[in-house]
Amino acid sequence: MNDEQRTPGLTIDCQEIVELVTDYLEGVLDTDMAAEVEAHLQLCDGCDIYIEQMRATIRSLGTVPVETLSETAQSELSRAFRDLRGPAAAP
Amino acid sequence: MPREEAESADAALLERLRTGDSDAFAEIVRAWSPMMLQAARAYVSTDASAQEVVQEAWLAMIRGLDRFEGRSSLRTWILAILGNIGRSRGVREARTVPWSSLGPADDAAPAVDPDRFRGPDDQWPRHWTPLGKPRAWPRSPEEETLAAEDRRELEDGLAELPEQQRMVVALRDVHGLTSDEVCSFLDLSAGNQRVLLHRGRSRLRGLLEMHYAAEAEVMGT
Repeated sequence: MNDEQRTPGLTIDCQEIVELVTDYLEGVLDTDMAAEVEAHLQLCDGCDIYIEQMRATIRSLGTVPVETLSETAQSELSRAFRDLRGPAAAP
Repeated sequence: MPREEAESADAALLERLRTGDSDAFAEIVRAWSPMMLQAARAYVSTDASAQEVVQEAWLAMIRGLDRFEGRSSLRTWILAILGNIGRSRGVREARTVPWSSLGPADDAAPAVDPDRFRGPDDQWPRHWTPLGKPRAWPRSPEEETLAAEDRRELEDGLAELPEQQRMVVALRDVHGLTSDEVCSFLDLSAGNQRVLLHRGRSRLRGLLEMHYAAEAEVMGT
C-alpha cells in the first residue's frame, strides 16, 4: 500500500462510495468505515454532491401524494368503532 | 422521537382507544391508512382489494384492542394484522411475490454508470471523471411551488421501479416506516431490505439527475 492510499478518505474510491451511500445513511457502517466515508466526502466535491442528491431524493419522496381510504370507508370505520368501543358499548 | 417518548405516546393513544375515544381512532385511521394501502399491495393487486384489506385490518384491530399486550408499537401491531389479512387474501387471488428475495438479477444495475469513473490505468482509478462528476441540482425536488414537474418525474420513476424495490422505497421513504417495520412486514432480512432500498433510491436519484441535465440543456446552461 502506498502513502496515497493511506490518506484518510482515499482508502475508498468514488465508485465504492456510490454503493455504500445507503449503508452510510442507514447508519449501519462500522465506525471506521463511516469515518472513512466522511473523510472522503470532505475531500471529494463530486461525492459530497452525490450524497446530498440522495438525501434530496429521499426528502422529496416524503412529499409524494399518497392514496387514502375513501371518505365512506373512513366514516364506516368510525361508526364501527363507536358501536364496538364507544361508551355505550362498554361492558 | 426518542424511544421512551414514543412508548409513552403509544400507551396514551392505546388508553384513549380502549376508553372509546373516537377522535383518537379517526386520527390514526387518517394517519396510517395511506401507509397500510401501500403495504396491502404486497399481497393484493387492485386498489379495491387493498381498500378492503385495510378496512378489514382496522375492524380486526378494533375487536382486538383488549387483547393487545403492548409488546410492540401500535403501528407494528396493525401492520401485523394487515399482513395476516393480506396474506390470506393474496392466496385467494393467487398473487405471489417473493418478497424475501431480491428479484431478478438484472434489477441489480450499478448505482451509477461505470463510464463516469476513471479507468484502472488512471492516477485516480475509480474516482469521478471530470465529465462524470455530479453537478449540483438547481433546486431541491421537494420544494413544492417550484418543483411540481420534478415531483412528477419522481412519481413516474417510483411507479416504474421493479416491484420489490418500489415497495421498500415507498414504505420507507414515502410513508416513513422504519427498517425494522419493513423487514418484519415483508419478512425481509435487514441486508436484503437495504439492497432493495439502495437500488430503488439510486435509480430515482439517477432519474432526477437526467431530468435536471435535460432542463439545463434546454436553458442553454
